[in-house]
Amino acid sequence: MTDLSQVAGQPLLRTDGLTRHFRIGGGLQRKSLHAVDDVSLAIGDREIVALAGESGSGKSTIARLLARIYQPTSGEIYFQGKPLSSVRSRADELRYRSDVPMVFQDPFGSINPVFRVSHGVLRSLKLHRPELSAAERAAEARRVFEIVGLSPAAEVLNRYPHELSGGQRQRVGFAQALAMRPKLILADEPVSMLDVSIRIGLLNLMKQLRDEQGVSILYITHDIASARYVADRLIVMYAGQIAESGPVEDVLAAPRHPYTQLLLSAVPDPKAELTLDAADRGEPPRVINPLPGCRFRFRCPLAMTDCHNQTPKLLELSPGHDAACLVAQSGAEVKAF
Amino acid sequence: MRTGQAELLDAGWGQQPGRPVLEVRDLSVCYRAKRGNVLAVDDVSFDLARGEFLGIVGESGCGKSTLLFGIAQLLSPPAEITGGSVRFEGANLIDLTESQLASLRWKKLSLVMQSAMNALNPVKTIGAQFTDAMRAHGVTARQEIADRSAEVLRMVGIDPEHLRSYPHQLSGGMRQRSMIAMALLFTPDLVIMDEPTSALDVVAQRSLMVQIKELQQQLGFAVIFVTHDMSLVSHFSDRLMVMYAGQVAELGATREVFDNPRHPYSSGLLEAFPSIRGPKVDLTGIPGSPPDLARPPEGCLFAPRCPMVTDQCRQRPVELVSVDGVQVRCILAGNGVTRGD
Amino acid sequence: MAMIFEAAAAQSAGQLPGSTEPGSGGNASQAIGRMWKAIRSNGKALAGAILLAIFTLLAIFPWAIAKDNPSAEIYKASLGPSTAHLFGTTSYGQDLFAQAVWGTRETLIIAVVSGVLSTFLSVIMGLAAGYLGGAWDSVLNFITDVLLVVPTFPLLIIIVAYLPKVGVPGLILVLVVTGYSYGARQLRAQTLSVRSRDYLEAARVRGERRFYVIMVEIIPSMTSLIVATFLGTAVYNVLAAAGLQFLGFGDPSSVSWGTMLYWAENNEALQTGQYLWAIVPGALIALLGAAFVLVNYAFDEISNPALARVPLSRGRRLNPVTNPISIYRRLSANRSS
Repeated sequence: MTDLSQVAGQPLLRTDGLTRHFRIGGGLQRKSLHAVDDVSLAIGDREIVALAGESGSGKSTIARLLARIYQPTSGEIYFQGKPLSSVRSRADELRYRSDVPMVFQDPFGSINPVFRVSHGVLRSLKLHRPELSAAERAAEARRVFEIVGLSPAAEVLNRYPHELSGGQRQRVGFAQALAMRPKLILADEPVSMLDVSIRIGLLNLMKQLRDEQGVSILYITHDIASARYVADRLIVMYAGQIAESGPVEDVLAAPRHPYTQLLLSAVPDPKAELTLDAADRGEPPRVINPLPGCRFRFRCPLAMTDCHNQTPKLLELSPGHDAACLVAQSGAEVKAF
Repeated sequence: MRTGQAELLDAGWGQQPGRPVLEVRDLSVCYRAKRGNVLAVDDVSFDLARGEFLGIVGESGCGKSTLLFGIAQLLSPPAEITGGSVRFEGANLIDLTESQLASLRWKKLSLVMQSAMNALNPVKTIGAQFTDAMRAHGVTARQEIADRSAEVLRMVGIDPEHLRSYPHQLSGGMRQRSMIAMALLFTPDLVIMDEPTSALDVVAQRSLMVQIKELQQQLGFAVIFVTHDMSLVSHFSDRLMVMYAGQVAELGATREVFDNPRHPYSSGLLEAFPSIRGPKVDLTGIPGSPPDLARPPEGCLFAPRCPMVTDQCRQRPVELVSVDGVQVRCILAGNGVTRGD
Repeated sequence: MAMIFEAAAAQSAGQLPGSTEPGSGGNASQAIGRMWKAIRSNGKALAGAILLAIFTLLAIFPWAIAKDNPSAEIYKASLGPSTAHLFGTTSYGQDLFAQAVWGTRETLIIAVVSGVLSTFLSVIMGLAAGYLGGAWDSVLNFITDVLLVVPTFPLLIIIVAYLPKVGVPGLILVLVVTGYSYGARQLRAQTLSVRSRDYLEAARVRGERRFYVIMVEIIPSMTSLIVATFLGTAVYNVLAAAGLQFLGFGDPSSVSWGTMLYWAENNEALQTGQYLWAIVPGALIALLGAAFVLVNYAFDEISNPALARVPLSRGRRLNPVTNPISIYRRLSANRSS
């Protein structure tokens, strides 16, 4: 696999064998849901990394692990070289939270409807930049609202969430994150619940934040097309593991993992010809007490004997482009879907 | 023959070959609200031929779901139909009584809702719910019910074993498929679908769309498919209707609307989908938001957001005109508004 | 199958353009404004509010209405109603009307104070259990559940029998401890449903402490439920207090409606033909309870928008479907035809 500790010096955030299991089933049944298994990824400065996958792939769990909503079952997260397990004091925790804030998916549920939209921003400022006076906080709130395109900021700050559209509410989410002067924003499907014509505006905002504010973004999505539009690198997840990762154009132009190929073939493209042969039903895997072997083997037309016994490791196949597929790693050409 | 059907025949209902299965004329639906009345559906008209697949596309608040409920006669106060007619195989559904509508529902006209999770009874097996549906429409023979239930499940690609499963034991995709199976129990002439794939992942979505298309070609029913995702219907629909702010913005053959959008909103919507192949371009989407229908603007409803707006656009409401076989609600349409302009 | 059409119709009813989330929007003062409007517009609630206002005035200014000292045994005993004594006199020569009016104060104090304290306890126990979860939930919930299941009135009798002369404060304490459990359960349930809302997770991710989240983010959005809990508890407490006083607990020498009943019973008022002595306090207790219940109607409508009445237009032209329940009935009626 691409040696992550060498990525452009110190990567901003790096995970090493990150794993999260959930215990499910009744008291006597010891069943374990493997939501995330052995994920090692890296995010650099000023880059947008897209984490793509379907439901059950583990992408949202990774976001919550990075946001410290969940604790890892095993593995480690390194932020600016320091492991998160060493973050214990309230001051350290606050510092991490201001460096790595999160933007949520649901524009209608992620802002408290009882307060004006200024509430979240002002609280963020109060918690993370206590050196500011009240007047300075208000000025800063206006500044970040202008940056995300909510104009005139003073007027919008005074509104209630139900007076704003879905797109505007998501911009408020980004403003709240910006107010903390973050290094990395975790964006959990920020545009999935927005109307199509509004999505582009938010995606452009993310690009702008990367270019002008120098912020990195982890963009979690199930929509590959939007990932291509906004991201520098793409990580494709399947069943809790990384299937493929690399520069977004490389992965889309020459997908090496059969699952990536399946995803790409399923994206509706008005210009392409219709092929009425969708053999794969899109049944997402539930990874409970999995046996070793490639988790995609049940749906893969290229599966060989080794695939059933050996769990593929993520290996570099061309510069920066990794795939976890034994067939691809054996040098054979992968044309699955 | 049941009472409802006898009355319907008297009312002129009948399957005359060659006649459109659905004729909607000037349908308007209004929500009465304290802030002001909202015209959620404004004068919508279209025909649906036997076996035709019509896609209705639009964003939230455009009225597409309200239109569906208006057609299916499922509106509740404060929403009500304020004008127009909905002729299903000749009979105006708006004039029918509940018992007449009931005898039509499920047998001739059925509905597939947006999220299957809400519509399936969580404490009954799939088989029990199919049985309920069939009994409610006059089929009581147990063998007949069992055979037909198994048959429709096979049609949608589910093992009939699952008749004994509860909804929570099935995946989202399978639940949605069983909803479609239920809609096909009596081989209706028209199936109305309200975003049936939006809760599914992309692979499951595609698989379901293909399945729907296959069934449609096999059984010959007409489909009205409502979605916010234009690219989803592009391969499957015969005709496409783009709705904006309760009005029909554009209506025409799918390929024609895709290749040559004549309404700035249609072309804006098409542009808003980044592609995964081809060159990467910067997109802009459509700035602004849909109008507040309680206080609509004077002229064209899209004018505040339109990149090609002229003064004339703001003066008077715009009528639908026919341009090259496509209906468009834009005064610039005659001049050819094509993508990229 | 019928559910499909129900769901469809319910969806169409709920899709009122421009409508906001039910029961949300606005901070505490806005919530109070909305509550007042709800009371004003609902006939039952308005009647209840007027009654409560009358009782409050009587409690604060009893001397304005009843000139006599209620405890003074100065009149001829057991008189019937007359212009001098509107309700007659007791066996001890006390003016019943004066007793009724002056008794309002103590009864209302018991109702309001125990209602407030009980609601306070319900909020703490219910919200904390619901939000904190885990061990907190188990312990707090266990306490609440035990108190819920124990038959309250016999428990009250036993407690009061063992405590020395308790007087009103003791009565209030006992009522609060035994009566908070129902409200606590309701608030816990509501908290559980709110707990997974994104905005609470967002607050934690931006670094807020759990105590802050409960106090500032959750409670304001539950104002109407808390008020409804208070009203419900007040009714219960009025009746329970009156019952206890009737049995001779509390301080029989004080003047309240409950003690009036006690003395009426002791002197066999009904058997000796002094009907008003028993009926007047009973009717007043019922009226006060009814007043709280009536006001509560307004809050039911706030927290459950399905009960809100929708203005129907006059002269409906065509055949609209009215509501999901009748659709279901009509569809089921199909089976018999």
